[in-house]
Amino acid sequence: MTAPTDKPHLSREHMLGLLKEMIRIRRFEDKCAELYTREKIRGFLHLYDGEEAVAVGAIPVLEKRDRVVATYREHGHALVRGVPMTTVLAEMYGKQEGCSRGRGGSMHLFDRATNFYGGNAIVGGGLPMSIGLALADRMRGDDIVTACFFGEGAVAEGEFHESLNLAALWELPVLFVCENNLYAMGTALALSESETEIQRKAGCYRIASEAVDGMDVIAVEAAARRAVHAVRESRKPYFLECRTYRLRAHSMFDAQLYRDKAEVEAWRHKEPIVRFQGWLEANHMVHPEDLARIEAEVAAEIAEAVAFGEAGTWEPVEQLTRFTYAEAEG
Amino acid sequence: MPPQMTQPATTEITYRDAMREAIRDALHRDDRVFLMGEDVGRYGGCYGVSKGLLAEFGAERIRDTPLSESGFTGAGIGAAMAGMRPIVELMTVNFSLLALDQILNTAATVRHMSGNQFGVPLVIRMATGAGRQLAAQHSHSLEGWYAHIPGIKVLAPATVEDARGMLWTALQDPDPVLIFENVMLYGMAGRLTADAGPVDIARAAVRRPGRDISLITYGGSLWKTLEAAAVLAGENIDAEVIDLRSLRPLDDATIMTSVARTRRAVIIDEGWRSGSLSAEIGMRIVEQAFWELDAPIGRVCSAEVPIPYARHLENAAIPQVPGIVAAAKAALGRV
Ligand SMILES: Cc1ncc(C[n+]2csc(CCOP(=O)(O)OP(=O)(O)O)c2C)c(N)n1
Repeated sequence: MTAPTDKPHLSREHMLGLLKEMIRIRRFEDKCAELYTREKIRGFLHLYDGEEAVAVGAIPVLEKRDRVVATYREHGHALVRGVPMTTVLAEMYGKQEGCSRGRGGSMHLFDRATNFYGGNAIVGGGLPMSIGLALADRMRGDDIVTACFFGEGAVAEGEFHESLNLAALWELPVLFVCENNLYAMGTALALSESETEIQRKAGCYRIASEAVDGMDVIAVEAAARRAVHAVRESRKPYFLECRTYRLRAHSMFDAQLYRDKAEVEAWRHKEPIVRFQGWLEANHMVHPEDLARIEAEVAAEIAEAVAFGEAGTWEPVEQLTRFTYAEAEG
Repeated sequence: MPPQMTQPATTEITYRDAMREAIRDALHRDDRVFLMGEDVGRYGGCYGVSKGLLAEFGAERIRDTPLSESGFTGAGIGAAMAGMRPIVELMTVNFSLLALDQILNTAATVRHMSGNQFGVPLVIRMATGAGRQLAAQHSHSLEGWYAHIPGIKVLAPATVEDARGMLWTALQDPDPVLIFENVMLYGMAGRLTADAGPVDIARAAVRRPGRDISLITYGGSLWKTLEAAAVLAGENIDAEVIDLRSLRPLDDATIMTSVARTRRAVIIDEGWRSGSLSAEIGMRIVEQAFWELDAPIGRVCSAEVPIPYARHLENAAIPQVPGIVAAAKAALGRV
């Protein structure tokens, strides 16, 4: 039986919303790359170029009360989840107005207001946390879903297996979302996994699973609706493998010696924005003025975020050791 | 505290039972508290600490876990962040290394990395120490390593009173607290007042006042150090014995006040000497009380060797009473 909530809303307004969110992430990150070369942003910077359909398809399906656990490649997740672009960018600038007070940077975006639990730079590190968040919800009988995003590289870590086992054993409401972009830094999936059908690993733990074309935002949304619905109804875990591709380098330091340009070019034709926009155009659901409006709105939001980041202030060094432990109130 | 006129009633209790009472008390006091770890339920805890709690509180709150130290320690972190008050039991400090990533990279960092938006009010308990002929992989004392990590607190209850009282205080702390229970103490009995409750975890305790030398220690070594102090008393040396109780943060004030009076210090630590907690304490004394010292600071630590199985070698590897006596006498120039 399929509940009504499983079906994507195919209204024009909804479609334009999905397109806008993907463009919003893409343009934001293009700006981040530029700011990086201008040395406004430092540290590791992992861009989500090519993978936008996953966050945009999956995260809006969650309710406000649900929880999101992400990795270091989480700008898109944070933005779609509703973390203000201003505070995200200020965080990358390292300013105290950033969403983590400038103490986390690009890889550690956190936001309590939107139940956004990071931002974890340890591959696989967020998986056990998602188990605990869901365990707390289960013990209290709260109707909450925890969505945990991770790359296919994390699947080789012990924590992945420990977490899937615990989730299934204790019947925890976790939605595992594997963003399979085929490479863990420079290591291709076939070089790191004996079983490359990632989705099948969930079956070993008796977790219901599905693999979806992660380049197709509508397919991701439909799958995410099924998945979130299943978790909320059954209070059991669900595993969603999104097959996608990262069009840019792993981070700003990566010369991409492990894959040839032709491969990346081939994927460019399948990339989610071009593909979705083309489909909308072919079906006369998007008009040039819509695109112009979206681009203008996004550009304005980015300009505002840059201004906010630039205007942000440095936390006084005297406060260096603050927030290592809780401070007494008052 | 004013001296008490009437002695409150006390009962004899073992360290193990005091620990269990502390857990039971916490489970009664706060619905958010639950115990989770390998064999804490059906088996009763690998050191018998949680025996009987499953029957009393049920499998939800006395939660047996698979052998997944990293997974369930991380689950404790998530549950704490979501408002629960988990107690995670890791059988021994040796196995905690499989969860070290979660403890160090997540529990200790989340508050800071999130700009104070998320805290991890989690308590992690584990056994530590040698003396049961369990050989290298079950006998190490790595609490000093954990005391190195900003973002967590590290406690070492040495008395039944602290075993009974520290857990509740730790559970009320908004940050992750690790409690190290020395394996040799579980069977030790002591007297506890009927109304024994939470204890301060921020202060070291002077367990034996003395004038001539400060013997600074914690956990399982406290009792050996007190024994050494008794031997020294027979030789007219009046040793003060400090029980650190908290290894992070360290109570510098109690240490420096004592050293300023006795002008001599020996640190007794079951960790390895190189890079040990005793090295840290010694250096702090040098930084803060150098001009009060009349003699070089001494240390009694574990030998630089994985703890061996054979009884005589194991005994030789860890601090013992004669070694403590000798180190104290050396500091006093009485060799
Ligand atoms: C435990 C751990 N090991 C290694 C690294 C270094 N590292 C950072 S990202 C990465 C690749 C991870 O790939 P994947 O999980 O597929 O995610 P993706 O970067 O493709 O999104 C590695 C090896 C790390 N951060 N953490």
